[in-house]
Amino acid sequence: MTTVLVLVTSSDGAPDDVALQGLSLAREVAAGEPLHALVLGDEAAAAGLGAWGATQVHVARHPALADIAPGAAPDAAARILGDLADRLGADVVVGPGTEPGNTILARTAARAGLPFAANCTVVVPGAPLTVTRQRWGGSLLEEAVIHADRAILTVAAHTVAATPVPGGAAPVTTFEPALDDADLVVRVVERIPAAAGGVSLADAKVVVSGGRGAGSVEGFAPIEELAGLLKAAIGCSRAVTISGWRPHTDQVGQTGTKIVPSLYIAAGISGATQHMAGCKGAKKILAINKDPDAPIMSIADYAVIGDLHQILPAISAELRRVRGG
Amino acid sequence: MRVLACIKRVPAVAGRMVLTPDARALDTRHLGFTISPHEECAVEEAVRLIEAHGGESVVLTLGPAAAVEQLRDAMAIGIGRAIHLETGDEDWDAESTAAALADAIRADEAAAGPFDLILLGNESADAGGYQVAVRLGRALGRPTVAGIKGIAVADGAVRCEQEVTGGRDVYRLPLPALVAVLEGLNTPRFPSVPGRLRAKSKPVSASSPARAAQRLELVRLVVPQGKAKQAEVLGHGPESAPAVVAMLDGLGLVR
Repeated sequence: MTTVLVLVTSSDGAPDDVALQGLSLAREVAAGEPLHALVLGDEAAAAGLGAWGATQVHVARHPALADIAPGAAPDAAARILGDLADRLGADVVVGPGTEPGNTILARTAARAGLPFAANCTVVVPGAPLTVTRQRWGGSLLEEAVIHADRAILTVAAHTVAATPVPGGAAPVTTFEPALDDADLVVRVVERIPAAAGGVSLADAKVVVSGGRGAGSVEGFAPIEELAGLLKAAIGCSRAVTISGWRPHTDQVGQTGTKIVPSLYIAAGISGATQHMAGCKGAKKILAINKDPDAPIMSIADYAVIGDLHQILPAISAELRRVRGG
Repeated sequence: MRVLACIKRVPAVAGRMVLTPDARALDTRHLGFTISPHEECAVEEAVRLIEAHGGESVVLTLGPAAAVEQLRDAMAIGIGRAIHLETGDEDWDAESTAAALADAIRADEAAAGPFDLILLGNESADAGGYQVAVRLGRALGRPTVAGIKGIAVADGAVRCEQEVTGGRDVYRLPLPALVAVLEGLNTPRFPSVPGRLRAKSKPVSASSPARAAQRLELVRLVVPQGKAKQAEVLGHGPESAPAVVAMLDGLGLVR
């Protein structure tokens, strides 16, 4: 018998997408055995989790955590998760492979003195448990064995489909977890709202990026022009931020922002491993490059061969002409 | 103040990943090596903190003999001295890495005094374990925060900023503390020629910790299959514009 516990992070009453993907991965591991879900504070998010495969939902409510997000007091979250895993005798603990999810599950593992496998794409049930996990931001996969009585892991974002269970329902119980002052030393003390305006790279439906081929700060003018016409966010490669042409907040890649737009236009970007790890989540990719054999072409849906400084202004002009006509 | 930056030597992978015959490592014969990107920012931040507050900066790595190259790179931009935990070429899991780092830090602190701040990368470029900082903080009994893109030290505390949906979250940790940082924290400087020369004579203390049994045991690596598709060439040069706009129209982006 395998008991599985899943941390379901949420915001404003809705479970996070990656947390639901974690529930789907966990369902395969549980294979019909109890599948427990832990929600931190957010009762509204807990209500519908039966429809995503949970068989028992636990909501932890603590006065010290009343107004903050699950990731905002990571040591407290890790202790609540670990204590519940102990109480349930969980064999497998799963969380979302997001920034807050990975740090919480890592802390749960560190507290218990157990190994932790971040960003798994496949879990093979058994003793010991075997996983496939992402290295290099997903550009390389690792098959690994977790040698421990309790396997602690996260699901790599957007690698497992979240599938609903028609008619699924799960009882919800609320409890007050034990916490000490030491668990609350690391916590958010202030939130600074983002400046209004502009299109957020992470949420953009269309992203237009420039790479080394843009050539300079000024070389981004045709990229800015096309992005403006398409109401797109502007992105760039790591070579560009290292050269100081664009701020790091524009960087698409393994160590920048991972994007999931409907359309990604990569102009003058050869497609280094670092960059591909950030843009491969795009539904469609148009690559504009002088080199028809550039690595970016291997993941592109559409290609235009040539110099972006000639091609992008022509596309912008054609867009204006068609829209004006 | 005393600041420690922990770094990892990683291959500078540009194109296709090639594995060794046993599929347990990357074939790095034709690759250069670098400090893992997030950690380049940790090193830069350590140098800036000492420039602003005075004191000593130290760089620490666990890695093969050749990792001394990355320690010299860190010292070339201003880190004062280095600690090298020398390993063979085998992979170390995060748990055993953190345990070895903790031992080395305790030993250094016993001799030279406590570090006010220990900086690490949020996750290494290669293994991407997301946990060494957290385990190290737990072992040392110090508060740890991860995913940080802004640091300011004042009044015995470190103020840390994290980018989240809708803004920035601020943490304030009492020192001593650990912070796992992300690229974008700062723009690392390039080493100068005099900096490189000075780095050659800065001290590196080396030791060889024993590798514990791996509880997250790497079995083999697999290069994922690509989309295996052929890009549709819409044209060459500016004459391709109508074909591109037709494609954009098909996606509902024109009208």
